[in-house]
Amino acid sequence: MKKIIAIFMLVISSAAFLSANSNKEADKKDSAAMADKNDPYAAVRGKVVTMSGPFVDNDAVKFENSIKSFEEMTGIDIQYEGSKEFEASIAIRIEGGNPPDIADFPQPGLLENFVKKGYVIDLNKTLDMKKVKDNYIQSWLDMATMTGPEGDIMAGLWARVNGKSLVWYNKKAFDAAGYKVPTTWKELMTLQSQIIADGDTPWAIGIESGAATGWAMTDWVEEMMLRTTSLENYDKWVSGELKFDSPEVRAAIQAVADIWFADGMVYGGRNSIATTSFGDAPKVMFEQPPKAWLHKQGNFITSFFPDNMVANEDYDFFYLPSKDPSLGKPVLVAGDIYAMFNDRPEVRMVMQYFATGASVEGWVKAGGAISPHKDSKLSWYTNSVDRKVAEVIQNATSVRFDGSDLMPGAVGAGSFWREMTDYVVGAKTLDEAVKAIDASWPK
Amino acid sequence: MLTDLINRPKTSKRYVLVLVLITFAILIGGFVLLQKMQNVKILMTLFAVVWGVGSAALLYFTMNSIAQSLPRKMRSVAVAIVFAGPAVLILFWALVLPTLRTFWFSFFDATGSKFVGLKNYMFAFTDPIMLESFRNNLLWMIFGTSTCVILGLLIAVLGDKSKHEKVFKSLIFMPMAISFVGAGVIWKFVYAYKGQGINIVEIGLLNAIVTAFGGEAQPWLLVPFWNNFFLIFIMVWLQTGYAMVIISSAIKAIPSSLNEAARVDGANGFTIFFKITVPFIMPTIITVTTTILIFSLKLFDIVRVMTGGNYGTNVIANEFYLRQFTYGNTGEASAIAIVLLVVIVPVLYYNLKEFRSRKVLK
Repeated sequence: MKKIIAIFMLVISSAAFLSANSNKEADKKDSAAMADKNDPYAAVRGKVVTMSGPFVDNDAVKFENSIKSFEEMTGIDIQYEGSKEFEASIAIRIEGGNPPDIADFPQPGLLENFVKKGYVIDLNKTLDMKKVKDNYIQSWLDMATMTGPEGDIMAGLWARVNGKSLVWYNKKAFDAAGYKVPTTWKELMTLQSQIIADGDTPWAIGIESGAATGWAMTDWVEEMMLRTTSLENYDKWVSGELKFDSPEVRAAIQAVADIWFADGMVYGGRNSIATTSFGDAPKVMFEQPPKAWLHKQGNFITSFFPDNMVANEDYDFFYLPSKDPSLGKPVLVAGDIYAMFNDRPEVRMVMQYFATGASVEGWVKAGGAISPHKDSKLSWYTNSVDRKVAEVIQNATSVRFDGSDLMPGAVGAGSFWREMTDYVVGAKTLDEAVKAIDASWPK
Repeated sequence: MLTDLINRPKTSKRYVLVLVLITFAILIGGFVLLQKMQNVKILMTLFAVVWGVGSAALLYFTMNSIAQSLPRKMRSVAVAIVFAGPAVLILFWALVLPTLRTFWFSFFDATGSKFVGLKNYMFAFTDPIMLESFRNNLLWMIFGTSTCVILGLLIAVLGDKSKHEKVFKSLIFMPMAISFVGAGVIWKFVYAYKGQGINIVEIGLLNAIVTAFGGEAQPWLLVPFWNNFFLIFIMVWLQTGYAMVIISSAIKAIPSSLNEAARVDGANGFTIFFKITVPFIMPTIITVTTTILIFSLKLFDIVRVMTGGNYGTNVIANEFYLRQFTYGNTGEASAIAIVLLVVIVPVLYYNLKEFRSRKVLK
């Protein structure tokens, strides 16, 4: 036994020796940084800020690139971790007491869950709010204000927004076939029948998204809510005052079904809608010859298009026309809200940076993101498609946020997705589906 | 072993004291060193492994020495505490406490702050989605378990002492090496469905077979009710190998003289199977059955990966996961977890009892 103890002591002392040496080196580095008095970021240099969110693949790369210059300037290392199952994994981390410093929520409703439980840090108390308020229009600030256990707090910052009311098409083939971009609902209907008459399928639609299957359907329902009824009704619907089982909401869902379930209208037919991944769905538009012609989705979808597609040359989009001219030109938007979970100087600095247009500049230039910041410039939009999206949002008579993302998690990320999927595949009737969603609304 | 430790001569007090001091020094010293090694990750890892494992061993050694130095009467209790105590403590901390806490939360609202009485349990037993989950779990239990066990038994009996026993047993056992999530991904391709219409090419294996025989491609995972069986089949594919291997080893333990005697008495294959083989290996069959039963009760991965609980394939574990982690409703999720626990406990108890009667545990 004594031998074993002796060996232990030897190992420990040698380890101590080695680590003492390495410590000296680290100290040297630190002191070198301290010596440079011109460096305003000396205090945070080398610090790590962890961040997690749902960006994966292309989006993750674009995000990493857009924050690179900030990392180089300040020496803060923003470690980003993306997950397709973000909605579920973030709850495990937060409630397990191990939240990332910053989390990116694509759904304000989900963030609201954590605000209610008091996990989220109030930005009013931690950031320079004058700068923040000067850089956003009021409606974004309103949407970031949520009620916690101790009253209203500023729960997050809008970093990247999407325009949703967009219909994408294969520009070359579209022009070659002699189709015209519809500007009214009637023209859209004519285009649909023209494509069918030509022996083709008008729409490419897919709503499969793993455990989040169905969200793409809820977008369509929201679009139709904006196009068949008043904005007041939309707001009431989102807040739970207007039931799903009301004539207005039923009419909106029916309007989606009229297109989706019609014979020959969707590539693969009604059943394939639920088995086709939302990201794969638009790909068939770019086959030779195109297998489908139209795809309605937010501007982020260009990240899922086949490689080497040139905006405005290979693909383009048009605004999904309004059904009822008296309802104006409503635009559905969505976005990412960044919330703060740990309060440290370097995290504050990163959050303050996210409140500026510079934080998304790289992403905007790379395409696929629209900046909500006032200090961002239209000239950043290198491809005309993104600039046009920004214009669509500017030209809108009204803008409304993605309804399912604002509803409570049990509906917005639960029954709304699930019941709509069941309705699409015919497992439930419209009647059963809307009643089930209403029943799941938290009381 | 234990009696050896108890009956050893008493260790001297001074020796124990020195040992305790050394242990403390190594425990605290190592911890301090670990803090200083933050910059050198590799060294830190290596040290943490050596120090961690070493200190655990040292701690046991020291505690045992303390126990040995106690008067003979207290020694047997002390030795038991030294060796079983930490395990019991960890079990209490990681199993009993969370269970109690979950039970506590099941009486509170979504945020876990307002008492709501039995409301969450009313939800767990009346909500349509929960009823659907109960029905599906029942399907998994009945059809999943019985198919696994019956197939496993048949293969084990029919394959016993056949020419290529090793080869086909390995083949059937192989899926066991695949995780449930991995299996889900594989079978997603088998059941893939692309739809009907112009320019559609099916890529799914099952649809390829169906269309080759002139049938029409089917969206297998979307057919209500029957899609449950397509999912259950994946578990059968994964678990039959397990049932087969265990049952097969029990069959090989049947004395050959028994079979020979039966044959001399004129029994045919069927009689031998029902009158000798099955009764002889009954305890094994029961153990295998209860194990797979528990498995199918808490089934989660396959459903999560293949359908996400959509199209009427939801199961209890998936609904629990959704409630807690997607909808953020701690109260309802806790109630579901407790219900699942209550359902599993009798099966678990029966399983343990069976083990005990076979003198595996005593």
